Amino acid sequence: MNFSEVFKLSSLLCKFSPDGKYLASCIQYRLVVRDANTLQILQLYTCLDQIQHLEWSADSLFILCALYKRGLVQVWSLEQPEWHCKIDEGSAGLVASCWSPDGRHILNTTEFHLRITVWSLCTKSVSYIKYPKACQQGITFTRDGRYLALAERRDCRDYVSIFVCSDWQLLRHFDTDTQDLAGIEWAPNGCVLAVWDSCLEYKVLLYSLDGRLLSAFCAYEWSLGIKSVAWSPSSQFLAIGSYDGKVRILNHVTWKMITEFGHPATVNNPKIVVYKEAEKSPPLGHLACPPPRVAAGPLTSSESKYEIASMPVSLQTLKPAADRANPRIGIGALAFSPDNYFLATRNDSVPNAVWIWDIRKLRPLAVLEQLCTVRAFQWGPQQPRLAICTGGSKVYLWSPAGCVSVQVPGEGDFQVLSLCWHPSGDSLALLSKDHFCLCFLEMEEGMRMAFGQRGDCT
Amino acid sequence: MGDWMTVTDPGLSSESKTISQYTSETKMSPSSLYSQQVLCSSIPLSKNVHSYFSAFCTEENIEQSISYLDQELTTFGFPSLYEESKGKETKRGLNIVAVLNCMNELLVLQRKNLLAQENVETQNLKLGSDMDHLQNCYAKLKEQLETSRREMIGLQERDRQLQCKNRNLHQLLKNEKDEVQKLQNIIASRATQYNHDMKRKEREYNKLKERLHQLVMNKKDKKIAMEVLNYVGRADGKRGSWRTGKTEARNEDEMYKILLNDYEYRQKQILMENAELKKVLQQMKKEMISLLSPQKQKPRERADDSTGTVISDIEEDAGELSRESIWDLSCETVREQLTNSIRKQWRILKSHVEKLDNQVSKVHLEGFNDEDVISRQDHEQETEKLELEIQQCKEMIKTQQQLLQQQLATACDDDTTSLLRDCYLLEEKERLKEEWSLFKEQKKNFEKERRSFTEAAIRLGLERKAFEEERASWLKQQFLNMTTFDHQNSENVKLFSAFSGSSDRDTPTLHSRSRQKKPHGVPSGSPVCTSKLTKSLPASPSTSDFCQTRSCASEHSSSINVLNITTEETKPNQVGRECTNQKWSMSSRPGSQEGCYSGCSLAYTNSHVEKDDLP
Repeated sequence: MNFSEVFKLSSLLCKFSPDGKYLASCIQYRLVVRDANTLQILQLYTCLDQIQHLEWSADSLFILCALYKRGLVQVWSLEQPEWHCKIDEGSAGLVASCWSPDGRHILNTTEFHLRITVWSLCTKSVSYIKYPKACQQGITFTRDGRYLALAERRDCRDYVSIFVCSDWQLLRHFDTDTQDLAGIEWAPNGCVLAVWDSCLEYKVLLYSLDGRLLSAFCAYEWSLGIKSVAWSPSSQFLAIGSYDGKVRILNHVTWKMITEFGHPATVNNPKIVVYKEAEKSPPLGHLACPPPRVAAGPLTSSESKYEIASMPVSLQTLKPAADRANPRIGIGALAFSPDNYFLATRNDSVPNAVWIWDIRKLRPLAVLEQLCTVRAFQWGPQQPRLAICTGGSKVYLWSPAGCVSVQVPGEGDFQVLSLCWHPSGDSLALLSKDHFCLCFLEMEEGMRMAFGQRGDCT
Repeated sequence: MGDWMTVTDPGLSSESKTISQYTSETKMSPSSLYSQQVLCSSIPLSKNVHSYFSAFCTEENIEQSISYLDQELTTFGFPSLYEESKGKETKRGLNIVAVLNCMNELLVLQRKNLLAQENVETQNLKLGSDMDHLQNCYAKLKEQLETSRREMIGLQERDRQLQCKNRNLHQLLKNEKDEVQKLQNIIASRATQYNHDMKRKEREYNKLKERLHQLVMNKKDKKIAMEVLNYVGRADGKRGSWRTGKTEARNEDEMYKILLNDYEYRQKQILMENAELKKVLQQMKKEMISLLSPQKQKPRERADDSTGTVISDIEEDAGELSRESIWDLSCETVREQLTNSIRKQWRILKSHVEKLDNQVSKVHLEGFNDEDVISRQDHEQETEKLELEIQQCKEMIKTQQQLLQQQLATACDDDTTSLLRDCYLLEEKERLKEEWSLFKEQKKNFEKERRSFTEAAIRLGLERKAFEEERASWLKQQFLNMTTFDHQNSENVKLFSAFSGSSDRDTPTLHSRSRQKKPHGVPSGSPVCTSKLTKSLPASPSTSDFCQTRSCASEHSSSINVLNITTEETKPNQVGRECTNQKWSMSSRPGSQEGCYSGCSLAYTNSHVEKDDLP
């Protein structure tokens, strides 16, 4: 594993282009585009104010920089550096901005969710969509970029509108049987729309593309409901994480629950491997010479490694404050691996642990207990590799073969707050508060061999 | 007696005094009287009586005493002491005989009385002790009664308390239930209230929004604008089209197309899955039939066995099986037929396996079967024989090689030999020449043969490759089948697959042959095992069990292939994991990757070199 040098960064804005060739990062009001492999600066753009949001167009030709404070969006072209575009929302304000999948339209949400403005880069045309709902996830595009589903609120009722992205024509408009719709998400195949209610009520509704209600699912009543939802990449499963600390998985044939994954604080199943991160004080005699780079750097951060804990293992749990809103309980994050084989979840009341489930066998596979709270985790886009960061100076990787904890080298403490994978899965951008660096996982042949062997022996 | 005592006047002899004293002291206690009597009657009895009588009767009052006694006696029913009066004489004489008789009788009576008294006294004593005992018993029982009564009261009290508690708890439960109901009502009412308020607020909010919208949007905000250097082309290169009814219709069409595609895709998947499952079922059926058919003779012999009829059904089915096309139709009846027959066979198989299990356990109980031992011996003998044969063949080859080499050696350095053999005679030379030409011819022939052999080898290789592929696919199928079985049965199937693995091309023929009971009809790569199979399958289960164990080796080799085909995840053992962990942690040292890499790549190259050496 190799690390690049450390570059400056602000507000965790660092993104690989969808084609994997470029890497865009923001430093205050400047936008830097680098080559993703050599990390040489290719372009440098200057915006009018501090950039608060950054997004690549789907064809990797344009970059959108949103300056919410000023109600401005600036768009830059990679092909023509002199080309520029500035969209001013004026007194309407701006709270969100995103690309349409064709990379030629920009959807701006005004303040108070008064409307969504669709700006076209091809023509002068501007379209408005009224009554967007202010919710957790109100806009979703199908994976093929054909359709946009938008949550709306009119007359105290929730509606979903489906637009055709090519000409922004309304295709379907239907009301949903929700008290207070919290989010919508297309299945990856673009044929089913999952709609879920706010946390006050456990309710998931599944609509077909043509607006028919396919099914509704409710696991329990009275208590706080859904916290997170994720589709499997094959659209076969819908995983629903809820405040009761369970993940329920629905199938795509009957839309009934197949299984329920509990997240007990005590792991007593001998089939689960519990990797416990352990502080390692001095480097032990595995390697004859100490790693030179670490020796050169300050020795403040101690190394850590994973140990396999023996059963039963009790995980560190957090007592939730019952008198506060948004209690730290329930499944706050869940993600399927790109090959559908694994599901990673985090129970917010056990903030240090990441659970990994085997979807083929529908059973838990591993639990990674970190020393600190898990900040973010993301699956590698090509292989089932899970990268985890905890806000410390290490990055953790899990694969079916095992687990590894990697110290980020460099001066000072590099606190990894977030991470994002390169689309090829060969490198990983690690983001700290005001720096970022790249971690190259691309392995030489020998290492790959070792990986293969490991794969065999586990 | 008491009366009698009281009658006696107190002022008598000293002895009587003592008696009276005793009596006065001991107050009528029968036992003490008795003891006194005993005391008195030891020696001084006669004297005592005498003195007594003397006191009663004196010289002066003989007449009166006699008359008194007479009177007394007559009243007691004794005969009169006087002689019977003859005539009217007033004076009657004392009848001595009568007196004596009376006395005797009185004495007898006295003795009897004494005896009776004794008896009575003992009885009295007994009764007294009985009485005491009973009194004790009574007291005890009374006590018991008392305690049990107390206990009962205690229990009753407790019962009452518990009932009280129960009632309280019931009340509490009811209260709680009420509370829950109330709370639920409260929640519901609050929710409705909240929803209502929310709606109200939302309406207000919407109004405000509307107003804001009007204010912001309608005042011709000059700021709301897009500055763009030049408009860019659409990603697809097309121009935007006008919105018309046509586009709407087209959009609808497209949407339905997408939906349709999705449904078609899903249907295809389902069909594929169905086909796969059907195949699995077929395979299962085939295998079950082939597995069960060797056993059919036994049930036939035992006419009472019900499986016989079913197996004949199977045979019919097997006949049908050849018409594979039937199964492609997903017709209801066919499906039912298939599932039914599978179910039937499954039942048979199950019962068979159970039987086998029973027999195996029986055999285990009885100890090793003779047959088993014999078959093992057979096997060993056979292997020995085969080894011997191999040895012989090897030797043959060796000698042939040697001969060939000699010939070649003589052939190749022909010139030197000719020089050396110059000393030979001409005749010999000519003979040699002839031989030489012959050799040459032979050599040509050999070369021709060799060419043909290499060609054949190439062909064989190709064939073998094709066969290997086929086998792999078959094994894969096999494995897929196996996953539907539980462990024990999968073993059975594996066993079979291991045998017939190399001969899947002609499974139908194999089946027919095995049905016809021709042991040589099972072609296979491993002859030992096949011979075992044909021998042991129809034989007793113990041998077939043995056969299973024997087949492990061949099964193993096939299982490797299976593993190659399906990446079955094996459960990692702790040690393996730890070692991986170490490896990981080794790689986790960022600074030392170079060393690690070089080490790994070194290992890799080494292995590479080894690989190069192999061929």
